[in-house]
Amino acid sequence: MGTPSDEKQLHGELDLRQVTKQFGDAIAVNSFTQHFPAGQYVCLLGPSGCGKSTTLRMIAGHESLSSGDIQLDGRSISHLRPAQRGTAMMFQSYALFPHLSVLENVAFSLKMRGVDVAVRNRKALELLELVHMDGFVERMPDQLSGGQQQRVALARALITEPSVLLLDEPLSALDPFLRIRMRAELSRLQRELGMTFIHVTHSQDEAMALSDRVVLMNNSVIEQAGTPEEIFNAPQTSFVAKFMGGHNIVEVDGRAYALRTDRTRLSTDSGGVTAQVSNVEFLGRSVDISLDCSGVELVASMSDGDYNRDRIRTGDNLYVHWMREDLYELSDTSAAV
Amino acid sequence: MISERLRLSGISWLQLSPILMILGFFLVLPILAIVTVSFWSSTEYSYFPDFQFENYQYLLTSSVTWSVYLKTFMFTAITWFCTLVIGFTVAYFLAFHVRSLYTQIGLFLLCTIPFWTSNIIRMISWIPFLGRNGIANSALMDMGMIDQPLEWLLFSDFAVILAFVHLFTLFMIVPIFNTMMRIDHSLVEAARDAGASGLQILTNIIIPLSKPGIMIGSIFVVTLVMGDFITVRFMSGGQSASVGRLISNEIGLLQYPAASASAVVLLATVLLMIAIMLRFVDIRKEL
Repeated sequence: MGTPSDEKQLHGELDLRQVTKQFGDAIAVNSFTQHFPAGQYVCLLGPSGCGKSTTLRMIAGHESLSSGDIQLDGRSISHLRPAQRGTAMMFQSYALFPHLSVLENVAFSLKMRGVDVAVRNRKALELLELVHMDGFVERMPDQLSGGQQQRVALARALITEPSVLLLDEPLSALDPFLRIRMRAELSRLQRELGMTFIHVTHSQDEAMALSDRVVLMNNSVIEQAGTPEEIFNAPQTSFVAKFMGGHNIVEVDGRAYALRTDRTRLSTDSGGVTAQVSNVEFLGRSVDISLDCSGVELVASMSDGDYNRDRIRTGDNLYVHWMREDLYELSDTSAAV
Repeated sequence: MISERLRLSGISWLQLSPILMILGFFLVLPILAIVTVSFWSSTEYSYFPDFQFENYQYLLTSSVTWSVYLKTFMFTAITWFCTLVIGFTVAYFLAFHVRSLYTQIGLFLLCTIPFWTSNIIRMISWIPFLGRNGIANSALMDMGMIDQPLEWLLFSDFAVILAFVHLFTLFMIVPIFNTMMRIDHSLVEAARDAGASGLQILTNIIIPLSKPGIMIGSIFVVTLVMGDFITVRFMSGGQSASVGRLISNEIGLLQYPAASASAVVLLATVLLMIAIMLRFVDIRKEL
């Protein structure tokens, strides 16, 4: 596949304009507007039921739009059939055809188009080589491990040469060790192929590790979109701060701010907020100190070195303080100190 | 060690004994009895233990046997085809087009309601409908589609097959529906994503994955039709023959050795048919 050509880089630019999905009275996705630049790895992130999967299924064409429009490379695809859109979907459970061999699974869409058997098998083999599954062509799906099934599903989705690959929770069925390996694999493939990947996940670790861009959803709307750094370092709402983790929400002068737990400092010198240590969690490279500040829970993360030096124990009375520039103002004031 | 193993195997046999006793008493023993009697001799008024092949020889060389078997195969083939087409369509509709589980269960129970009455009653209820002055004929005449009542509606091969299809379609619906309910709907979506048309999804995904159910249903229908005697008698008005009727007539004439020989040949035929069918599809996944 090599380096993507200039012409290839132009493909896969996706534009969603006020995309809305209603099931009866319930709104699953509410006025979703977002631009997905070509060739980026984008994660749709959010808790279950937030509408991220429905959004993905609407892009794929497996769910109709209640209103709004989806454009791919400047062409409206909202009313096209899934196979005409230039998208391909990888399903959560992989959805490999259990009665077909690995090779037949990958070659399936070419068979549907009436491509000659020798041609489609050669092409399928090429893709199986790309995902390092060329040694398993004759196997049936139930003879493969979860990770191998996923590679086959990837090859099957890629054989149509889509400009956008849609992945529905692709790593959730794998064990944690394999998940991290497949994560790197997906990232490599996306770079090599230079196509747009849209990846639905509920794991913020996965989203931060993989994406060029994160779209964080909650309650059927986009809560915040940006690079992983922007979202983690400058959350705009308390939901984002809580969902991404590693943040305290503090109130200063009647306004709510997000404060990273590793920028939350403790000292025995007076000044700042008084707090009592309620719990200490050793996490390996860092230690999380839970604090009770007159009824409000805060967390301070520190390196194990600092922890060993300061010798903080449950029940200690300390002072919490922070730098002004580490505070990010939140647009909502719920659940603040 | 050895005594322990003996004890364990003793327990296993004990646990198996109820099913072994039931099968032995109600299945193996009767079949052995029939096989034994099939070698006996008989006269017009008596039969007695013997070991000769005359019953089989007479059966297999008689042209009547061959034509009756041919007729039975014809009934089986046509009934199988009709129940398969109807059963598959109904199961497909229930499994893939009915969205709500409650409607699915409701419609499925609806299919079983005719089974609350006996076979015979369901068969007889066709008679006023299909008869010479029955509802079908009078309706067709009223609509002006025919001038004279259709004679072939009742007491004909048509009526026999109609009754078979009516009686046995459910045996096709249930196993096919059962298999289809296990097909992951994301497979259908994946196929659509790969550009398969509705027909291609049917032939490439749904039919291959429904094969075990189709095969189990086919075994039911083939076995039931091959062994039937009452439907053929009622619906053909005694004008058509089947292997089952042949046996039933021989029993009526107290020709037990001849009837036994016929039964053994029928059993062998049906087992052979099932063996051939199982060569095509692996139904173990379903059991």
